[in-house]
Amino acid sequence: MPSMVEAVPLSWVLLVAGGLFCIGLFGSLSRRNTVGILFGVELMLNAVNLNLVAFWRYLEPNLVAGQVFALFIITVAAAEAAVGLAMIIAIYRSRLTVNADEVDTLKG
Amino acid sequence: MNIVIMVIFLVLSAFTLLAGVMVVTVKNIIHAALWLIASFFTVAAMYLLMEAEFLAIVQVLIYVGAISILILFAIMLTRHVTGEGVRQLYQRWWIALLVAAALFGLLIAPTVVNYSWNTVPPTAPDQAATISSSVQIGTAFMREYLLPFEIASVLLLVALIGAIVIAYEERSARRQVLTLAEEVALRQQRGASLLNAATPTAPDAQHTGSAPSQP
Repeated sequence: MPSMVEAVPLSWVLLVAGGLFCIGLFGSLSRRNTVGILFGVELMLNAVNLNLVAFWRYLEPNLVAGQVFALFIITVAAAEAAVGLAMIIAIYRSRLTVNADEVDTLKG
Repeated sequence: MNIVIMVIFLVLSAFTLLAGVMVVTVKNIIHAALWLIASFFTVAAMYLLMEAEFLAIVQVLIYVGAISILILFAIMLTRHVTGEGVRQLYQRWWIALLVAAALFGLLIAPTVVNYSWNTVPPTAPDQAATISSSVQIGTAFMREYLLPFEIASVLLLVALIGAIVIAYEERSARRQVLTLAEEVALRQQRGASLLNAATPTAPDAQHTGSAPSQP
């Protein structure tokens, strides 16, 4: 039974996950649209999950902790997306914009 | 056989990174959401490749099924200010690019290149590799991870109630359910007043007798 462990080294998976994380970081730092910022955060969470699953599969495949932790991260990501989008809708209702640099009431 | 798996992995990772780049750079925010769904799918395929089949199904169900639909709804509710004519990135986006590239270069690349991970030695051919299955995950959720499991359910409930409270604050303050036409008229009036507050010299053209019917 061939598996990915013999075919692909662990560092390649880590490189892909790290690249995805940095792409998400760039997106969440550079987008003006708050929905776009949430896109970046989701990409980063996906990269972290990819890392966790890779470590579980390559280092400790007989323990369930890696997958369980990834499942909890997915749960928290769902909660974060729901609250974040509700906040975006509330901001849009009161200020008629979703651009992060135009919501500057605290700027003074 | 190994070369096939390697080729599949390379194609998947290339598509994941391509989809991620498109998510953060494409101008139309709806297209960005669709690219985000594509990247969710490829990450789920990577989970399948790493034999985490339950996690792959959960990824498709929650990310592709729930979160992206939520995101598409939020985009459509805030649609006409997120068009293609608006500038999508900050003026100094290259600083963000610098930060992301520096993180990748300083943290990830040396770690991956220099460190030798003590991977599991290949199992003997007579002894099957023990990979934790979905049954074991379910058992673990009901035994040693029972408390985090319950806390996660409470967290989801809190997020649900919080999202409703945040998004429907205005309507609950009015204490009256409006029809759709009244809602649109109220929105137009408020948008006109906001726009007039932003540019005081604009002509007051929006008062065309569509007054809201509540006190």
